[in-house]
Amino acid sequence: MSRNANLWRTSTFRLAAAYLLVFVLSVGAILAYIYWNTAVLLERQTDETIRAEIRGLNEQYRFGSITALANVVEQRSVRNSERGIYSIFDQQGRRLAGNLQGVPSGVTGTSGWLEFPYEVFNGNSIKQHSGRAFFTRLRGGYLLVVGRDVEERRQFATLIRQSTFIAIGMALVFGLGGGLLMSRNFLRRIDVISDTSKAIMAGGLSERMPVRGTNDEIDRLSGNLNNMLDQIERLMTGMREVSDNVAHDLKTPLTRLKARVEAALRQDTKASYKEALVETIEEADQLLATFNALLSIARTEAGQTSEQMEPLDVSEVAEEMAELYQPLVEDAGGTFEFSGTPDLKVTASRQLLAQAISNLIDNALKYAPPQEGENRALEIALLVQRVKDKIEVTVADNGPGIPETEREHVLQRFVRLDTSRSQPGSGLGLSLVAGVARLHGGALVFRDGKVGFEACLELPAAA
Amino acid sequence: MTEQFLASKTFKLNGSMRILVIEDDQQAAGFLIKGLREEGHIVDHAADGEDGLALAREGVHDVMVVDRMLPKRDGLSVIEALRAEDVATPVLILSALGEVDDRVTGLRAGGDDYLAKPYAFSELVARIDVLARRNKPEAAQTKLVVGDLELDLLARTCTRAGQDIVLQAREFRLLEYLMKHAGQVVTRTMLLENVWDYHFDPQTNVIDVHISRLRSKIDKDFDGTLLQTVRGAGYSIREP
Repeated sequence: MSRNANLWRTSTFRLAAAYLLVFVLSVGAILAYIYWNTAVLLERQTDETIRAEIRGLNEQYRFGSITALANVVEQRSVRNSERGIYSIFDQQGRRLAGNLQGVPSGVTGTSGWLEFPYEVFNGNSIKQHSGRAFFTRLRGGYLLVVGRDVEERRQFATLIRQSTFIAIGMALVFGLGGGLLMSRNFLRRIDVISDTSKAIMAGGLSERMPVRGTNDEIDRLSGNLNNMLDQIERLMTGMREVSDNVAHDLKTPLTRLKARVEAALRQDTKASYKEALVETIEEADQLLATFNALLSIARTEAGQTSEQMEPLDVSEVAEEMAELYQPLVEDAGGTFEFSGTPDLKVTASRQLLAQAISNLIDNALKYAPPQEGENRALEIALLVQRVKDKIEVTVADNGPGIPETEREHVLQRFVRLDTSRSQPGSGLGLSLVAGVARLHGGALVFRDGKVGFEACLELPAAA
Repeated sequence: MTEQFLASKTFKLNGSMRILVIEDDQQAAGFLIKGLREEGHIVDHAADGEDGLALAREGVHDVMVVDRMLPKRDGLSVIEALRAEDVATPVLILSALGEVDDRVTGLRAGGDDYLAKPYAFSELVARIDVLARRNKPEAAQTKLVVGDLELDLLARTCTRAGQDIVLQAREFRLLEYLMKHAGQVVTRTMLLENVWDYHFDPQTNVIDVHISRLRSKIDKDFDGTLLQTVRGAGYSIREP
């Protein structure tokens, strides 16, 4: 019932109702116009003809005799092609000439219009017809009646009137039905969206709005809602993973911190206190850095940094990062190589771009150095080049890289393949790079390089 | 000149400063005020934007620490109002938002430096020191001197004990920044911000390597270490 109540309130139904009204009115107007132009005009024409004949006959009588008039009336009444009614009666109502049997009922006064039923012999059958006639009293008390059989016209007018009502009725029924169907159809689709949202609110975040593929307004709305839900789901999943991992990754340093402080308390010497405090500060700084990294990712993913986007030369930023990191790589016993094509412009945030490159180099530094017993020296290369309409910032190393199956996984927050957690780090580096890439309309791609592993930040080239 | 750079052993600034803290969070403010008082400073506190503005208008403070989110009047509007009234007290903006654009809006509003929460107290102290020093009108320096280390900003040369030291461009800027703030603690973040103009936290301490390279050039073959590591805080250049 409530659905029906809703029906009257939907805009489609109201629109359909308004349209229906206009439609019915215009159908009515058209039919009225046709009726006017046919039935009414025909009737008028008939009347005019009858008047003209009356005038003619009257004149003949004035200049002739009643016998001459009776002759003309007789002639005309015989020539019955127009279904004319002609009759002349004397004072007593006896027929002198014409095709009426007797004086029609309703003759009063000297002249006037009358409509009367009369019988027509059509071959072997008798039919009841309507006649319309004008009567006038002539000098000497003779009664002249001239008229026409209007049966067909009457039937025609009735037909048109009936058609008008039927057409309006049909317009009402079809318009109403169509409007109801249309709005019910529309309502049903809205209801599906509404029901789906309820299911989602009840916790079924994987539910999606049905999309028909017709690309109409509702389809587009559903599509957009689905995109929004995808985004929300990704963020929610991310959040869930983060909270799981936060529990682990923040608990560990906090436990370590507590243990250290407790140890210092036990030792109870000034030196041990100082040592513990300094170490505590360092540990806390690490924790702060982790939180800051989390915040950065959150902000990047929320796309709140677009204000700072500016056209900049990627090679320039990359070269600065190369210069910043080269000593570190060299100290780690490796070589660092930078090559960039100058003047490759992207629209980007300088800070975020630099941080992304820095994270990639950091990662290479952490995971590419030779393991014990390996006979190679660490090599890291930073390369900036244009490939079609993309600018690629590639950090290549000669390390073991990330196994194919893990490449998707490492982009998530707090994921560290180094399960022993022997390397310092938060497991947030690559998540941030991926976030930065997404923010700039690009992507972070991992691939096997010529000698080792390549992490490539693809950015759309600025026009 | 040189004497001024002789900081005390505990890295306190020469002489105490009067600092205005505008922060509504009682706990954060309490911690900040206690810490700054322990550093030997006089601290005034306001818990909302209106009170803060009224105190700041007196113009008696060396440095202000202003939280961005404040009741009654937000931090940025306090700073804008002060700057409109020609109160030039250096301002360190504290913010829980802490991203690059916030930094830019904060600095555009008239702030002098920007620190995101959560921050390390040592970072805050280092920045306050630098801000307070900046407030002192300094003649355009063409030569920086710490002990026997000299940096000629015009000729772009560096000498220690009369001996020429060849520095790369970035090393020169690094040393210049350290020497401009001689006697003060300069954090790694401050170095990355001011020497490299980047505001992010690198995962590894890239700055340390640059410092150690610089140190090997200016300290290694000479008597007395000028460039010192302050554990848990950063670096400081000063006469031993």
